[in-house]
Amino acid sequence: MKYVLMFIETEKFAQDFEAMTPQEKAESLGRVTNWLTEHASKLRGGSRLQHPDTATTVRLDGSEPFVTDGPFVEGKEVISGFQEIEVEDLDEALRMVRTWPGCPIVEIRPAMF
Amino acid sequence: MTGTVTDELARAVRDHAGRLAASLVSMLGDFSAAEDLVQDAVETALHRWPIDGIPDRPDAWLFTVARRRGLDQLRRQQNYRQKLAQLTWPTPPPPDERLRLIFTCCHPALAKQAQIALTLRVVCGLTTAQIAAAFVVPETTVARRITRAKTKITNAAIPYRIPPDAEIPERLNEILAVIYLLFNEGYLSSTAERAHSRDLVDDAEWLTAMLAGLLPNEPEVAGLLALIRLHRARTSARFTADGQLVLLEHQDRARWDRAAIDDAIRLLTKAARRHHQPGPYQLQAAIAACHAEATSWADTDWAQIVVLYDVLLAVQPSPVTRLHRAIAVKYAHGRQQAFAELEKLEEALDRYPLFHATKAQLLREFDRLEEAKEADARALELTHNPAQQDLLQERLASGVRDGLGGR
Repeated sequence: MKYVLMFIETEKFAQDFEAMTPQEKAESLGRVTNWLTEHASKLRGGSRLQHPDTATTVRLDGSEPFVTDGPFVEGKEVISGFQEIEVEDLDEALRMVRTWPGCPIVEIRPAMF
Repeated sequence: MTGTVTDELARAVRDHAGRLAASLVSMLGDFSAAEDLVQDAVETALHRWPIDGIPDRPDAWLFTVARRRGLDQLRRQQNYRQKLAQLTWPTPPPPDERLRLIFTCCHPALAKQAQIALTLRVVCGLTTAQIAAAFVVPETTVARRITRAKTKITNAAIPYRIPPDAEIPERLNEILAVIYLLFNEGYLSSTAERAHSRDLVDDAEWLTAMLAGLLPNEPEVAGLLALIRLHRARTSARFTADGQLVLLEHQDRARWDRAAIDDAIRLLTKAARRHHQPGPYQLQAAIAACHAEATSWADTDWAQIVVLYDVLLAVQPSPVTRLHRAIAVKYAHGRQQAFAELEKLEEALDRYPLFHATKAQLLREFDRLEEAKEADARALELTHNPAQQDLLQERLASGVRDGLGGR
């Protein structure tokens, strides 16, 4: 069963990260790398995304396509990366995500194919 | 339909629907299909039993109908058909089948309302119409919740199984929370107006007793069962003949079921001995036990109740619990202290009727009558429970000095 994990960052998380010393930042990134290594056999591909400032959104629900800068919401929470995983069921995905050491919110969505 | 047939079907459904669904789903591996087959069988019974009479073995009858319906609907799918044909009604049933079912229905990835609807439908065998009536929501809403939940179970691959031991306590909390919600909904709505709708307290007690049988070493399950039984033991004193709510203070304690109270307290004591840090259900049951053991309102051990609320707040902080603690503080330590506690809850409980009713009562005792009236009016505006509404209206009209607790 394939799921996509969508990693969601909050403003507070970004601020807390900025406030860290270089060593704390390195440790934090190290924990993320360890997590990725530990679960490598379940990971099917994904990417960290560039900062939301770099996003371009196309809205298709108006009379004609409307292109804007910025992310899809004026939100304080943004998707900062995604990862496709292949696991047995939702409980296995939940177990994996419970130990995720990065951003504070992760959405788990089953993939269609 | 005659009363006997309805009662008999209700009993058969309650005792066997969960087992039926569990046995079909474990064979077919399809939660949704199994569940629909059971509901079909129940609805067929609703039409057939009044005409044909109650079968000798209602459980076997329901099973046969469910299996036949499955064969009719799915005869083109060879594999499915073979599986269904092989299926037999097991006696005695495997003990943990229903446990798998209830863990699936109460999976934390499902919305709370969906967990409730699905549990009532699949484990207790209620129809969508019965669930809708119990919660006073449109039947279409209940049907939609159930459909969405079943789709999510399939599409998001929510597993049909008992979770591994390490995950049981957390998942069990989810189940107990669902049953506790059922119990509260039933308990607060047991009014004259709803006398003809299904008694959710019955379902809550039945589910908890079943869980207690399947998980005899879980003290919180025993705690919840004791809590429900302690409240039920006092039911006959909670309402007047015409359905008016009688507050705990004024209940005729001779009408409480002493034998049931003693049983529940024994159950609670046994559970508490196994556990050094009692959880929220055992603590709430212990508070209910303090009330049940008091021979009169004046005899209530309020100091002990305040202590139990302190422990409860330490394991499960909630403004509603703090409100109940404040009420106990009034009797243990006096009005001034209780009022000071209440004032700290103003913001958190602004939309909670019992908060305003309690405040009104204290204000009245301080002779601040205008403010008391305002608080009562606010409580009346917020409550949807007819018995509470009656009580508040009466109080607003006559200025009597009573609370709204009723527990």
